Amino acid sequence: MTLSATVNGALRNVRAWPLYGIAATYAAWEFWRAVNQQGPYLVEPINVLERTYGEIALILLVAGLLVTPLRQWTGVNLIKFRRAIGLCAFFFVLAHFLVFAVLDVQSLGRVWTETVKRPYVTVGMLAFVLLIPLAVTSNNLSIRKMGAAAWRQLHKLSYVAVILGALHYLWLSRGFQVEPLVYLVLSIGLVALRYRHVAWRKQAA
Amino acid sequence: MAYRWKNTLTHADITPKAAYLNRRQILAGAAGLGAIGLVPRAADAQAGLEPNTLEEIRSYNNFYEFGTGKGDPAANAHQLVTAPWSIKVDGMVDRPGDYALGDLLAGLTVEDRIYRFRCVEAWSMVIPWNGIELADILNKVGVQSGARYVAFETVVQPENMIGVQRRVLDFPYVEGLRLDEAMHPLTIMATGIYGEPIANQNGAPIRLVVPWKYGFKSIKSIVRITLTDQEPPISWNIANAREYGFYSNVNPNVDHPRWSQASERRIGGGLFAARQDTLMFNGYPEVAPLYDGMDLSVFI
Ligand code: HEM
Repeated sequence: MTLSATVNGALRNVRAWPLYGIAATYAAWEFWRAVNQQGPYLVEPINVLERTYGEIALILLVAGLLVTPLRQWTGVNLIKFRRAIGLCAFFFVLAHFLVFAVLDVQSLGRVWTETVKRPYVTVGMLAFVLLIPLAVTSNNLSIRKMGAAAWRQLHKLSYVAVILGALHYLWLSRGFQVEPLVYLVLSIGLVALRYRHVAWRKQAA
Repeated sequence: MAYRWKNTLTHADITPKAAYLNRRQILAGAAGLGAIGLVPRAADAQAGLEPNTLEEIRSYNNFYEFGTGKGDPAANAHQLVTAPWSIKVDGMVDRPGDYALGDLLAGLTVEDRIYRFRCVEAWSMVIPWNGIELADILNKVGVQSGARYVAFETVVQPENMIGVQRRVLDFPYVEGLRLDEAMHPLTIMATGIYGEPIANQNGAPIRLVVPWKYGFKSIKSIVRITLTDQEPPISWNIANAREYGFYSNVNPNVDHPRWSQASERRIGGGLFAARQDTLMFNGYPEVAPLYDGMDLSVFI
């Protein structure tokens, strides 16, 4: 038996829904530590919490893009977790945005001025807005109503959102930093892979 | 030089917080500020100066030689070797040389200075420094008449500095002041905080503190001081000229291109801390005459 078959077999009875619980618990735990100024939250909990949620959101968005290539390359099939990964990513973006609006800039007026004045916020906001219709339609009913093809087309917006999210991170960094570049290269690479794949398939057909 | 401060105060009237605050008000008065309206505001701002805890001051830092995360300096700066320490003094000075730190500071008086510290990233602290007026040090080495700027350089110990290995900036970190800024009595070289030797992550064994400028101007762990007649290059300006100017005075009316400078978050208020308004010159209006006739939205 191959490794991928073993992994797939082991995952056969694992459900996706606990991921929501894990994500919510994790978010709440980080919030709790921030309230109590524990660990990394000792001195400046607001910015650290903002960054923690932002980073998790980006990691989950990239993870969502990894599901398909992982199956193609290794045969490991995580497709049944993808919706949960994507939705959790959205919840972390939402939490990230709420920390920004409520705890950081502390006014809706400033959310607006920052969004129009600061390109890195503009880009983050765009990514956030693009993710909203995806989150709203991440359920079986929507897929049925929209039809699989249209649904798949809509959810390609996630490609744009991930790249914008990574660009947002790069843009807000000061000095030369490797991490945001890694995310940007990863997200562009993973999206490019899909289109290369499509082109390759067309050629073969 | 168009304008030069004269420090009329002796080192007799030093230390305790209250005494020092009075001193600052005397200074403000002595400066003969035309803008009298600014003086009470400075006094008001002074009244609320509750220093941050040593733990806060030591655990939330920017010191990119030790990494870009705010906790990285606290985690990594123990690798900095601070003894022996010498400072090269060169350029347009009467007595250039490689000074052992103790020799350079010998005979000069360490004072307590409780200053607001405003980071360009829009957070701030209040820090009780112990330091020596830079003017005293410069007078000791003898500034030559043609000198107009002071350049500073931070130590580079590549094997001990992860940020240097990763080339986060073009190291060594360099900074500079106009000579009149450097000679201003508010400008100090700090060797301690809360009466304790300054921690490595805070810039041991000696750093600049210029309280009316964004924090990155207050260069850490200094190994070289150069007097020159040219405006010296500064690291953040080299990295990004559009965002960081030579002057970098705290100015709520001039935003950083990527974020607003109108308000700031005082460290220590927890997760639900309200923002507070940023003060012009970080609440030190007595420095305003240094910039008479300059458009501070141009000379950022
Ligand atoms: C898909 C959407 C988004 C993603 C993936 C994302 C991701 C990130 C990441 C990875 C960071 C840096 C974390 C770190 O340093 O470890 C960050 C920081 C930040 N993000 Fe976002 N973000 C998104 C949307 C937004 C939105 C909508 C806003 C505000 C309207 C926003 C505002 C910020 C701010 C203010 C920071 C901190 C900047 C600083 O500390 O200087 N982000 N974000």
